[in-house]
Amino acid sequence: MSESSIDMAVFSELQDAAGAEFVVELVDTFLQEAPTMLAELRAAQAAGAADVFRRAAHSLKSNSSTFGAADLAALARALELGGLITDTAALDALEACYQQAAARLRELSRG
Amino acid sequence: MAERGTRLLVADDNKVNRLLLARSLELQGHRVASAENGRIALEMLRAGAFDLMLLDMEMPELDGFGVLEQMNADSKLREVPVIVTSSLEGVAHVVRCLELGADDYLHKPVNPVLLKARINSSLEKKLLRDQQKALIRRFATSEVAEDLQQSGFALGGRRVVATVMFSDIRGFTALVEAQPPEETIELLNTYYTLMFEAISGQGGVVNQMIGDGLMAIFGAPMPLPDAPLAAVRAAQDMVEMIELFNHERVALEKAPIRIGIGIASGEVVAGYTGTQQRATYTCIGDTVNLAARLEAHTKQAGRGILLDGDTMTAVGDRVPLEPLGEVLFKGKAAPTQVFAVKAQAPG
Repeated sequence: MSESSIDMAVFSELQDAAGAEFVVELVDTFLQEAPTMLAELRAAQAAGAADVFRRAAHSLKSNSSTFGAADLAALARALELGGLITDTAALDALEACYQQAAARLRELSRG
Repeated sequence: MAERGTRLLVADDNKVNRLLLARSLELQGHRVASAENGRIALEMLRAGAFDLMLLDMEMPELDGFGVLEQMNADSKLREVPVIVTSSLEGVAHVVRCLELGADDYLHKPVNPVLLKARINSSLEKKLLRDQQKALIRRFATSEVAEDLQQSGFALGGRRVVATVMFSDIRGFTALVEAQPPEETIELLNTYYTLMFEAISGQGGVVNQMIGDGLMAIFGAPMPLPDAPLAAVRAAQDMVEMIELFNHERVALEKAPIRIGIGIASGEVVAGYTGTQQRATYTCIGDTVNLAARLEAHTKQAGRGILLDGDTMTAVGDRVPLEPLGEVLFKGKAAPTQVFAVKAQAPG
């Protein structure tokens, strides 16, 4: 499952274009920032703040596609376009998917 | 190919996007600065010379649309090319960005090859625009160039209320005869540099230079708040600059120069006159004639700066004035009230 969470073509292209060393840094930045976005999503869902919710989902989608985390991007995109949700099941799924992607990205970026 | 070392600004609230874009651009040989929201991006644009901005749409504080709107309202920022980089979906967003003046729209994640091509194309277009503008500015003032860019070129005038100034060097003919022509050209170049500085410093536009004389307009083609006062302040600055210039001339054992300035306010017809091939921005009307007469009258009056009644009324007591009574000018049916600006205390 974790093997499929990153699109290797996208990830290699990123390494080629920006340099593998830089991608290590970029992955670290993503892993630092993403938990904040996930927390923002949860807080916005609880508070019913549709705009914050959409924006956090949007950021997560944007970054996931940068690294080729296609599954994560798809889940985030569904939240961005779908608007506020009433139960947190989708957020739990998103977080699980993020954990997989994060682990894989860590491995990949350090070669 | 864009020249290396162009300065680019990346505006994106998302750190990963910001770092990655900056990295791609640096690898392409550009110098890159980043802003994490629209407000900071505008501040940086206003503070520094950037050749191009890459703008994200979704940002806190001020989003990309807000940035584009504010750039449109600012004649300096309007010229900075913007490429929108966004993962907002839907054609409507793209259209809105382009309508607000963005050069291009790239979907995120941004393809580096596409990014390079779009940036080079934008920079080349900007270079071409800058060159055209520099060419226009050599022959017209920046205000006229601005007006031409915004409204396009059309012969014909429109009525506007403006303040007109005429200025020339007293005893210029005698001066020319007493010195070699090279020295006269040098003197004129220095003189015009100083006068342009004083006039544009107060928002005026020099629209004619004839020998040692010049005509300037305040309040056209671009509106100028409190144009009469701006013109009087410019005249005072001009006199002051000539005094400083004279210190230098006297030190070089050259004769000091004196200038006379006439200022009148009222309705003028302003616009481009000439032919489709060769035209000039100018103003005509009674106000223009009156300003010219007042300038000529400075000699008889023995004063440096003369104003008409309308300019005096607009300026009020903000500048010390001295009424010189009525004068009947050539070509005028009724006498004109003339006022002199009192010389400023030295220092």
